[in-house]
Amino acid sequence: MTEVSVAKQDVAATGDLVVLRNVNKHFGALHVLQDIDLSIARGEVVVVIGPSGSGKSTLCRTINRLETIDSGTILIDGRPLPQEGKELARLRADVGMVFQSFNLFAHKTVLENVTLGQIKVRRKDKKEAEEKARALLDRVGVAAQADKYPAQLSGGQQQRVAIARALAMDPKVMLFDEPTSALDPEMINEVLEVMQQLARDGMTMVVVTHEMGFARSAANRVVFMADGRIVEEATPDQFFSNPRSDRAKDFLSKILHH
Amino acid sequence: MFDFLEGYDLLGAFWVTIKLTLLSAVGSLIWGTVLAALRVGPVPLMRGFGTAYVNIVRNIPLTVIILFTSLGLNQTLGISLGAHGFSHINFRLAVLGLIVYTSAFVCEAVRSGINTVPVGQAEAARAIGLNFTQVLRLVVLPQAFRSVVGPLTNVLIALTKNTTVAAAIGVAEAAALMKDMVENEAQLLLISAIFAFGFVVLTLPTGLILGWVGKKVAVKR
Repeated sequence: MTEVSVAKQDVAATGDLVVLRNVNKHFGALHVLQDIDLSIARGEVVVVIGPSGSGKSTLCRTINRLETIDSGTILIDGRPLPQEGKELARLRADVGMVFQSFNLFAHKTVLENVTLGQIKVRRKDKKEAEEKARALLDRVGVAAQADKYPAQLSGGQQQRVAIARALAMDPKVMLFDEPTSALDPEMINEVLEVMQQLARDGMTMVVVTHEMGFARSAANRVVFMADGRIVEEATPDQFFSNPRSDRAKDFLSKILHH
Repeated sequence: MFDFLEGYDLLGAFWVTIKLTLLSAVGSLIWGTVLAALRVGPVPLMRGFGTAYVNIVRNIPLTVIILFTSLGLNQTLGISLGAHGFSHINFRLAVLGLIVYTSAFVCEAVRSGINTVPVGQAEAARAIGLNFTQVLRLVVLPQAFRSVVGPLTNVLIALTKNTTVAAAIGVAEAAALMKDMVENEAQLLLISAIFAFGFVVLTLPTGLILGWVGKKVAVKR
């Protein structure tokens, strides 16, 4: 752990994009996030893995304040997360989020899903927004579906539209909350490929996932969480070939050998 | 057989009923939606107001509300809603009373519709930077309304029939005319049947058309 954290502190001096300091959160009696410290550098891809209920989704959702925290600090691009209101809405526009259940706006077409934020939040005119939306839909490979409604698309297509919707806001960082967990197996790769391309293009990403293949190939760093704590942080190579904590060894032995 | 109808403005009376219904429907749809927004909003004071309004208003008999608009607002407080002349003033007062009353039911129908919209829809809307009002106006309410066309149709039909209460403050709508005719003519059964038929003519197509609309606009998930 020391190696990685030393390297990280160097980056911190240059201004990390996302910084969590001593973050705590409870759900009733459950202490779901315990003293979380995590810094994510510009352009870094951080994959968060861990068993169910370890708090990794909650961690992801606190970064754009879909979940509030009880104590600690979260900084985005050097500025602390504001309270609910105009400031927060502005910040959320800069933080893209992709959900497990896609959450495309069900009453709007695919194209409208991708233009809504551009028009209403970024105040672009409709034509410009549509051009950008079509380019993004093309980039994620669903340009042909632009005029359909979300319910007419497969899960993999919906999730790629959701990625395009988030990218349309020109986010500084993208959060992925188990983006492939609700997908049929044969649709997982089409979504992972889009995410891998995004990582190669230098997008800063926080990815909560169970896809170990993605973690190996696209992550700069793996964060392993269990019981509300960050147990281990390492490069993917280090983590998968030589995990240090018993908890991580146990977790990996259960998911990798069968 | 229908000779006794001569000298009575049956269509005119039903036209007043229709005007009462439409104006009150539009007004209560707007006010009821605002109330629903208050009830799901983040400000405790507004939530409290919305909850108190609905629980008080929907439990007061409509007759009491309508009579209050005339006896309380108009005759005691001198409010005439910008109208002149007994019939105009009372027509507007009746519309106000019907809006006050019906909006409580519209609010609850809309709120139940809001509850049918998966929470992820609002989260996704917040995540792209929409503020509370935009989330409600652009994402949640459009989907909520599509799922409550049925319940709102019930409210509209009830409203159509509730307009008869306006007769209590002298608005010359259908029920007021019926009372006149019952006093002056002998064909009691026939008169009742005619007015009952008149209301069915108004409400049955409403139900059928809106039933079709409801299916048409339903959100597919």
